[in-house]
Amino acid sequence: MHALEIRQLTKVYKNGAVALKSIDLTVDEGAFFALLGPNGAGKSTTIGIISSLVNKTGGTVRIFGVDMDTHLEEAKSSIGLVPQEINFSQFETVLDIVVNQAGYYGVRRPLALARAEKYLGRLGLWERRNHRSRTLSGGMKRRLMIARAMLHEPRLLILDEPTAGVDIELRRSLWDFLRETNAAGTTIILTTHYLEEAESLCRNIAIIDKGEIIENTTMKHLLAQLNVETFILDLRRPLAAMPDLDCFALRRIDETTLSVDISKDRSVNELFAQLSARGIEVASMRNKANRLEEVFMRLLAENSPPETGAPGAPPP
Amino acid sequence: MTRYAYLVAFVTILNKEVTRFMRIWLQTILPPAITMTLYFVIFGHLIGPRIGEMGGFRYIQYIAPGLIMMSVITSAYANVVSSFFGAKFQKHIEEMLVAPIPNWVILSGYVCGGVARGVIVGIVVTLVALFFTDLHMHSFWITAAVVLLTSILFSLGGLINGIFARSFDDITIIPTFVLTPLTYLGGVFYSIDLLPEFWQRVSLANPILYMVNAFRYGILGVSDIDAGAALLVLAVISAALYGVCLTLLNRGVGVRT
Repeated sequence: MHALEIRQLTKVYKNGAVALKSIDLTVDEGAFFALLGPNGAGKSTTIGIISSLVNKTGGTVRIFGVDMDTHLEEAKSSIGLVPQEINFSQFETVLDIVVNQAGYYGVRRPLALARAEKYLGRLGLWERRNHRSRTLSGGMKRRLMIARAMLHEPRLLILDEPTAGVDIELRRSLWDFLRETNAAGTTIILTTHYLEEAESLCRNIAIIDKGEIIENTTMKHLLAQLNVETFILDLRRPLAAMPDLDCFALRRIDETTLSVDISKDRSVNELFAQLSARGIEVASMRNKANRLEEVFMRLLAENSPPETGAPGAPPP
Repeated sequence: MTRYAYLVAFVTILNKEVTRFMRIWLQTILPPAITMTLYFVIFGHLIGPRIGEMGGFRYIQYIAPGLIMMSVITSAYANVVSSFFGAKFQKHIEEMLVAPIPNWVILSGYVCGGVARGVIVGIVVTLVALFFTDLHMHSFWITAAVVLLTSILFSLGGLINGIFARSFDDITIIPTFVLTPLTYLGGVFYSIDLLPEFWQRVSLANPILYMVNAFRYGILGVSDIDAGAALLVLAVISAALYGVCLTLLNRGVGVRT
């Protein structure tokens, strides 16, 4: 079954701005799905429509087969939303915020309290349950929003940049929590600007740009499109002169650092063999950039019209 | 969601509303009590004896129901407008909007929160009034019906204000430039019999006149307006405002993009 099925979804704002151009998107039940795109691409508008915070102009949205136009409440009861911006009362306590949210979904207070202990505890906030939310740190506020979205135990969890501004240690602990949640059967849709995060967590991916879905596939398939990977080589000793290698383009970064492009039809072994033959010892090696980032940037570039004035571009 | 789930959602909103205004009782419950004390001291004890009787009662007794009603009106209105706009401003209104709650449940929760504050403030101000004058109850049911309908009406009014408000200035304009003048001209301090005939007719267009007089009838048994007609007017206006509020929420005015 599809957890989310979007057909010809369109959004035109009152000022005439077209945020979504008849997009189609399907997310399977149990998926860990990344929805990526640059700022203003239409990610938050899509999420806003799914969570009913934004009125759509046209198209249909189904949540686990339930049409939002005809059975809005039933569809909404399956969704948990972690929005991009902090949106809880700054004057309420942590416990009140999560228990009230459960109440809005019809969860009785005793059950809500038991779940609050479970999720606040798992996210390291149970000790702070009686503190007013405004006293929490930025990372705690992010975790509180995730706990709040879990209180009614949704089948579909939507996270709009949940780790924005969060330090790496906390980010990785949130990743663990999200992996557990997904493994327990919850479908997760994630938007993020940390492409490393999407690559690490998500099995499926859609890229949205200028209100259109420009790619919708599995992460594995997307990364397989990457024909060339760039590596950084840290050398044991400074180079006297740049070596000339067969089939590998080396670039000098500094005396002891090189970058090299390795295409898919070449192996790293070949590179090392040629370097060893020239007496060059490599101390360490790493990817120059995140692989997903490279594909992402390439797809966005392909979706962009040629710049005005560029060779071959039509006159304005 | 089942009916029971709706009830849970409604009780959650109501509980949140009551907790909110009780948490800040220094801003919500105490000020009307202090203001009314000043009114009773100045208009009741200092100026009242020089005015003499009005409607067959001492002046302080005559104005007491109107002053109580004035507190109920401002408290019910202020509660909903500030709470709803605050929820919009801090964006936690989204907690309710993403949940599977019908708009009539959200509306009922906010209105009952406004009624709760209106009734609590009304009781506190009545206790203050009893320090200054004797009040007997002519008709409990009319008194209770007027307080309830008035609180509902102004809670609904506050919600409409909150829906359209885009800044904190917007939530003070109506109370300052509409509610306060209408309240002072609504027969709180005088009987409209004292006015020239033209202004008596103009006063009949002021809904607060009906509330104050119906409440005065419930307490003292005297009124410029027939109490039954006043209750009918309040019920009709409340029903109309309820319809307006529900339509606005269903359309997402002021809350959805």
